[in-house]
Amino acid sequence: MTQEEIIRPENKVYSRPTFLTDNYTHYCPGCSHGVVHKIIAELVDEMGIGEKSLGIAPVGCAVFAYNYIDIDWIEAAHGRAPALATAASRLNPDMLVFTYQGDGDLSAIGTAETIHACNRGENIAIIFINNGIYGMTGGQMAPTTLLGMKTATTPYGRDAVLNGYPLAITNLLAQLDGTCYVTRQAVHTAAAVRKTKAAIKHAFENAINKCGTSVVEIVSTCNSGWKLSPAKSNEWMVEHMFEKYPLGDLKNVESIH
Amino acid sequence: MAKVYGAVTIDSDRCKGCDLCVVACPTDTLSLQPKEVNDRGYHYAYPAHPETCIGCAACATVCPDACIEVYRVVDRQK
Repeated sequence: MTQEEIIRPENKVYSRPTFLTDNYTHYCPGCSHGVVHKIIAELVDEMGIGEKSLGIAPVGCAVFAYNYIDIDWIEAAHGRAPALATAASRLNPDMLVFTYQGDGDLSAIGTAETIHACNRGENIAIIFINNGIYGMTGGQMAPTTLLGMKTATTPYGRDAVLNGYPLAITNLLAQLDGTCYVTRQAVHTAAAVRKTKAAIKHAFENAINKCGTSVVEIVSTCNSGWKLSPAKSNEWMVEHMFEKYPLGDLKNVESIH
Repeated sequence: MAKVYGAVTIDSDRCKGCDLCVVACPTDTLSLQPKEVNDRGYHYAYPAHPETCIGCAACATVCPDACIEVYRVVDRQK
């Protein structure tokens, strides 16, 4: 069978999601953000919620998410996405409101907003990209940086005495009564991408059905910040990040009410 | 036994040559261009051995820039 015979519209099994815009992303080659953007665009299409989805973009690499996914977006001040999502979801109860945040945004400057939005059980979904570093500003130490990990501000590796311990904030959020679904996933293989897609879909459904707050942490790579190739970053993540941030569901209850 | 034929098309302008699809491919169908670059200077991915493709879409699933489209034909005659 020739290539021309195979490459026909009726044989297509995977194509670019319609909710992704034609813009080229500004992300570095191999960045996990692109995969998560793609998952969101696919889900919005499959669930038929393009008209009533509202994303809250963070400050960080994903600040330009509104350029890439063709739904409504609000750009929040640094770390304040859950506060903005609270207002948006209360004022528009028919909409799916989700935040898209990095680890510097969610677990550093936005810790208070994140914890209180989850504790109030706001009907939102929080997508948390954890790559253990401040990627956009040049690879400085984040609260989630692993012990011994070299960054621009910890050139000899993170030292617990000087810099404290890595913060597994998702474990904290799982303790709160307001969260109904807390999970940790990754996007380093095709199988992991499909699992993450199922997790985000469950989180979106929880938000739409007013079941409480859902948190999907995605352990990600920052190959520019980690100074590794994209493929090597994935290997490093499996070897080191999964030890501190093991994958799997931390909490899954039907509803908080 | 049914035979599966697959094919991929890659948007070479959009590709950033991150190599993740090459690593994800179970049949070593894809490679990065060794010398050619696209308009933005990246060694883009291309199907170096298109005849081995089984259309599993692993490459497209892990592609951060969504530049791969996958086609699959299942031939049940043989």
